Amino acid sequence: MRDVAVVAFAQSHHSGEDQGIAETEMVLPVITEIKERTGLSRFGFTCSGSCDYLQGAPFAFVSALDTLGAWPPISESHVEMDGAWALYEAWVKLQIGAIDTALVYGFGKTSQGDLRAIMNQQLDPYTLAPLGVDQVSMAAMQARAYMDRSGVKEDDLRAVAARSRASGRENPFALHLPDPEGDGYDVAPLHPCDVAPVTDGAAAIVLAAGDRARELCERPAWITGIDHRVEPHALGVRDLTRSASARLAGEKAGAAGIEVAELHAQFSHEELILREALGLDDGVSVNPSGGALSANPVMAAGLIRIGEAASRIHDGTASRTLGHAASGPCLQQNLVCVLSGENNG
Amino acid sequence: MPSNTGPSNSAPSETPNHVVEFPGGYTRSVGPVIGRFLSELRDGRLVGVRTAGGRVLVPPAECDPDTGEDVTDEFVEVGPAGTVTTWSWVPDPAKEHPFDRPFAWALIRPDGADTALLHALDLGVFETGAKPPKILKTGMRVRPKYRAERTGTIGDIECFLPEVTMINPRASLEYRLKGGRALGRFLEGISEGRIIGHRCPVCEKVIVPMKGFCPRDGVPTSEEVELPDTGTVTTFAVNNIPDPRAPEVPFVSGYVLLDGAGLTMLTLVAGIPADQVRMGMRVKAAWRPRDEWTHSMSNIKWFEPIDEPDVPFEEIKDFM
Repeated sequence: MRDVAVVAFAQSHHSGEDQGIAETEMVLPVITEIKERTGLSRFGFTCSGSCDYLQGAPFAFVSALDTLGAWPPISESHVEMDGAWALYEAWVKLQIGAIDTALVYGFGKTSQGDLRAIMNQQLDPYTLAPLGVDQVSMAAMQARAYMDRSGVKEDDLRAVAARSRASGRENPFALHLPDPEGDGYDVAPLHPCDVAPVTDGAAAIVLAAGDRARELCERPAWITGIDHRVEPHALGVRDLTRSASARLAGEKAGAAGIEVAELHAQFSHEELILREALGLDDGVSVNPSGGALSANPVMAAGLIRIGEAASRIHDGTASRTLGHAASGPCLQQNLVCVLSGENNG
Repeated sequence: MPSNTGPSNSAPSETPNHVVEFPGGYTRSVGPVIGRFLSELRDGRLVGVRTAGGRVLVPPAECDPDTGEDVTDEFVEVGPAGTVTTWSWVPDPAKEHPFDRPFAWALIRPDGADTALLHALDLGVFETGAKPPKILKTGMRVRPKYRAERTGTIGDIECFLPEVTMINPRASLEYRLKGGRALGRFLEGISEGRIIGHRCPVCEKVIVPMKGFCPRDGVPTSEEVELPDTGTVTTFAVNNIPDPRAPEVPFVSGYVLLDGAGLTMLTLVAGIPADQVRMGMRVKAAWRPRDEWTHSMSNIKWFEPIDEPDVPFEEIKDFM
């Protein structure tokens, strides 16, 4: 295996409302910043994550390519998923050995549509999508099942949200949300604070291999393990109270001895399920960035988790961290990326 | 720097200026497994498919989710009743939702199936924003409600409904009751603002309201005695369940021993915070305004405290 590291990370100042800018205008400053930070203007490979349905137009990533300056022609790919999966593809490409650097980015502008109606379109078109069921309703069923199994109460979920929001207010890139208040439900048993906010934003990461990484970064965040696993789409065949895919991805990625974990939990209870699946004890700092409950730019939020986890290594505050991304209803898919500040991991 | 007052999880309020849709719908072939499920559904039956390992998948899938192997071609009728394995409650439905009033989503494992089906659960009519009703529980038993006109879609089941576990038949019988001679005479007194009782010829105690006999000695009584409307609380209870006859919750119902009586009367005690009512407290009847009087005990609203020293326990201990 080649040693591959996250050498740079940039993200937008995320917004909870439409700023009147197009997707490309969100992406461009992030790409420009990461080029300046690394001093690179060309990359061995480029891969992005986005979703056409967010803007209701085909091939959203094609216009975003204009922000890269794709001339002379570049080697490029795209995943219709969170940018974390684009990072995985770039990591595989780096493992093959033909290239030494890769640019990965993800973006999503969710303020311009109804995200719940849009995400309904990702569901099985025969027995789920026609019902009009939405992701929050399904997450609430998972929360109910998890609370029944674990004995966790609504106040325990609220505590997760309160901690995330407090951390988010310390993060200049996240939304600055007030402490949770009120007892109204969004979809019971979830309260509005238990649900990730609608967010527009973008993020980019540069990966580099071996000596190239050491040239580009004083303290590279080496990827010592990365793995992603998927479970059946249908909720009725899964044990919703546990995340078997996160547990397996964590095991395969070597998620042990972690100091900081950035979890892509879009609902309060998901953080608790993920902590259990990944074996994170109370000594692990979870989502010091505020996590997705403080800023959830769809298609970038998972990539940001890896970027935030890498930043703790870049700045020397941690030496072993974990970035996690999720996709699909009720944590159907989970990606775990373990990062280390120690050379060669 | 972002400045946000709070999360906005709902759809943008502006009118859409761009719509993506497939006019006339999006045609999909369903294949033999989903096709069988939807065909049976159109006929009002719920079927699952058996895996090679023997499990029954509902809704059916082409492959065993555990092994990836093809399922068998054995279809099994399941349900129609099933068990809720988890649920969520939508207090404020979206326009895509199947109801425009609060309802539940549920995963429902039909009897005879090993997996659960997601569908809407109708628990009745609730106002927007309502909290989840208490009957909504994991483990509750439900049945599908089929549409009369079915087309072979998951929507052929309009929703699930709770199984019938209780009925509430109307029961109403009508009577023409009379209070009897003694009670009639007592209420006549009340209608004039007087409280009258009978003195027992044997024990000489005054029985109020009178019954025409002494419940202690079992002898007829007829000697009328008018009593004052003052008395002493002998014992009482603080009630926290609303009652149409009481002014508010909590209210106090108490036994009052009218001065000169040999028997206590059950009445409301008010005009003082519930936690300050005490045994031995002196009280007086609070009469309604004269022009509201009828032939009923409601002429006395309740008894309220008067400024007299409490009666020692020794003097009322026989009237508890």
